[in-house]
Amino acid sequence: MTGFELFPPPSLWQNWLSFWRFEDMNLLWVLMGSILLGMSASVIGGFAFLRKRALIGDALAHAALPGVMMAFLLFQTRDPLVIFIGALCSSFIGFFLIDWLPKNTKLKADAALAITLSFFFALGLMLLSFIQGLEVSNKSGLDKILFGQAAAMTDGDIKLLGYVTIFVLITVVLFFQKFRLIAFNQSYARTIGIAVNRYELLLALLIVMSVVVGLQLVGVVLMAAVLLTPMAAARFWSNQLATILIIASLLGGFSAIISTQISYLAPAMPTGPWMVVSLSILFILSLLFAPQKGLLKRYFDYQNLRQKVAEENILRTLYKLLERKDFKDKPFTLADIQSFRNMPSHCLQNTLKLLEKKGFAQRTFQGITLTPEGFEKATQLTRRHRLWESYLNEQADLSPEQVHQHAERIEHILTEAQETQLQQELSNSLHDPHGNQIPRKAEPTSVERGGEKI
Amino acid sequence: MSKNSADKNSSPPLPFAPLSVSNLSMRYHHKPVLTDVSFTVPEGKTIAIVGPNGAGKSTLLKGVMGLEPILDGEVQFFGEPLTNKRLAIAYVPQREEIDWDFPINVFDVVLMGRHGQLKLWQRPSQMDKEIAKQALQDLKMWDFKDRQISELSGGQQQRVFLARALAQKASLYLMDEPFAGVDVSTEKAIIELFKALKAQGKTIICVHHDLNTVGEYFDWIIFINARLVAAGPVETVLTKENLNKTYGGRLSLLNDLTETMYRTQLNRAHDDD
Repeated sequence: MTGFELFPPPSLWQNWLSFWRFEDMNLLWVLMGSILLGMSASVIGGFAFLRKRALIGDALAHAALPGVMMAFLLFQTRDPLVIFIGALCSSFIGFFLIDWLPKNTKLKADAALAITLSFFFALGLMLLSFIQGLEVSNKSGLDKILFGQAAAMTDGDIKLLGYVTIFVLITVVLFFQKFRLIAFNQSYARTIGIAVNRYELLLALLIVMSVVVGLQLVGVVLMAAVLLTPMAAARFWSNQLATILIIASLLGGFSAIISTQISYLAPAMPTGPWMVVSLSILFILSLLFAPQKGLLKRYFDYQNLRQKVAEENILRTLYKLLERKDFKDKPFTLADIQSFRNMPSHCLQNTLKLLEKKGFAQRTFQGITLTPEGFEKATQLTRRHRLWESYLNEQADLSPEQVHQHAERIEHILTEAQETQLQQELSNSLHDPHGNQIPRKAEPTSVERGGEKI
Repeated sequence: MSKNSADKNSSPPLPFAPLSVSNLSMRYHHKPVLTDVSFTVPEGKTIAIVGPNGAGKSTLLKGVMGLEPILDGEVQFFGEPLTNKRLAIAYVPQREEIDWDFPINVFDVVLMGRHGQLKLWQRPSQMDKEIAKQALQDLKMWDFKDRQISELSGGQQQRVFLARALAQKASLYLMDEPFAGVDVSTEKAIIELFKALKAQGKTIICVHHDLNTVGEYFDWIIFINARLVAAGPVETVLTKENLNKTYGGRLSLLNDLTETMYRTQLNRAHDDD
């Protein structure tokens, strides 16, 4: 296999099969490790996301780089534990700097973050190029830490990864309620005597550990995306934090599978970018297609609302036309409607067709008439419109000129209960502020009869 | 003025007042917010903290709750520092301080009120849930228990916060503007809650904005404008003179000089001598 090619050679299929048969046991471990990392990073990143400290993971990952290089320089070893501790130390120094600077200087938090991030990253890069120039053994592969390489992981790396990620996941499950409380309302948590500072430190430790242990796999540069993107995507799917975190961890694990696989099949491919790209695709899919909050759902909701408003506007226009003729059932033309209501002709035609389909209106060669159901609906809308106008006029002291525009909108969203309440509160006013009669609601018995008819 | 003269005809007073503040000073950056505030509140009363915008009312509450640093002075709850009395005190923050988009439902928010009494990773027990349920029922919010907090009206949000404080089963309640921007029915519900709590001998301290209702809703008033203007029972302190002193603008020289003092760190130099 010679790197990645646009058209996969036949051997790719073979490679893929052998990947999933786990002929190489080491591969199974790498895959498990990366899934665990995807899950734990998503969960712990979720809390950073909720606390509006989304960029902290990015800064901590960059801050780990000089630690890795220093550990290698000082001990001349690639032992995972030594490298891990080195990275942990420098990452924590970065963390305290980010925390200390805004509290004790005029620097704002975002500036402190940016300065720390770039300084540590620059330092790490300098050390890296210094090491590249040295005549030491096993220095090759050290640069893989920038973008991550699943295939370059050793047994020791994976063991450490497993321990750390499982520790992170268990700790989050144990302290879930406290972490949620602090993320939601930190000052309140303090007032009921929760040791907020200790939990903050624990949370920071978990983030730093997840970041550092993930460097081999995801790389310094893109670690932040692995912490945040799953949460950002999962947020579209639920309103319960526990569910959101579970979804986020599943998304994180899934993207880990995809990226590890690609990194194995095409060894020149770094894992990190693939992980982030697959996560971003999952994010975009969530953004578009999530059942409650997705853009598509919101778009259709909006279109439905527009359609409803157009229909109801025509019904009300027909009511007003009828009112002028003292309710003598006379068909009206499109011109009649348009002279009352501004609406583009094609929109008017389409809406009338829909009204016909719903049985609210009829079109004959003579013109347009309301069916009994249509008339009932139109009366209700007019009642709501005029009740609201009266309410604004009488209780909110708005002048008759001001109330119409507002009622034009409210009439579409008033509920049955609100309408009854309005009618009760305004039992004395029979006319709206413009002098038009407010059509009263029929007695309950006749409403029931109407219901039976349907 | 700060001695509590209100309880002359009530039950014998406890040895220690629910809250006693002496010579409290606070600042924000270099600006003095509160200077030398002292008062002692009586038990079993409703107490309003009143003053103009920026007078330091919320800051005072945050200061006594240890949420913002105190420059000088002492705060005692029932004769002890806060750390020994946390379970006896419930704090209701301002609604604006909360991220109402946070993914959590009403019941879980109220259950948070029980966390002060739970150990490290302990989860709320059945009893804790019963208490939270009762608190929600008292505020007529039980029907909303599964609602997302973002789906609530302003008044409902306030009631959830009050239910959370109620679930703490405290003796002293500190509330930051519970009446701000709520509907009539919530206002009534809060007044009912005050009555019920008072009947149990609990003390309520509120930051309050509305001068029209302060005499009706509260037994005691603390007038504040960067310093203490007056504190005492409504009948004696709700006077035109006190209102003028409170709302008539700050003493500008006092303000300026205190600010200069902090800026030059004079007080620190003085203390180090």
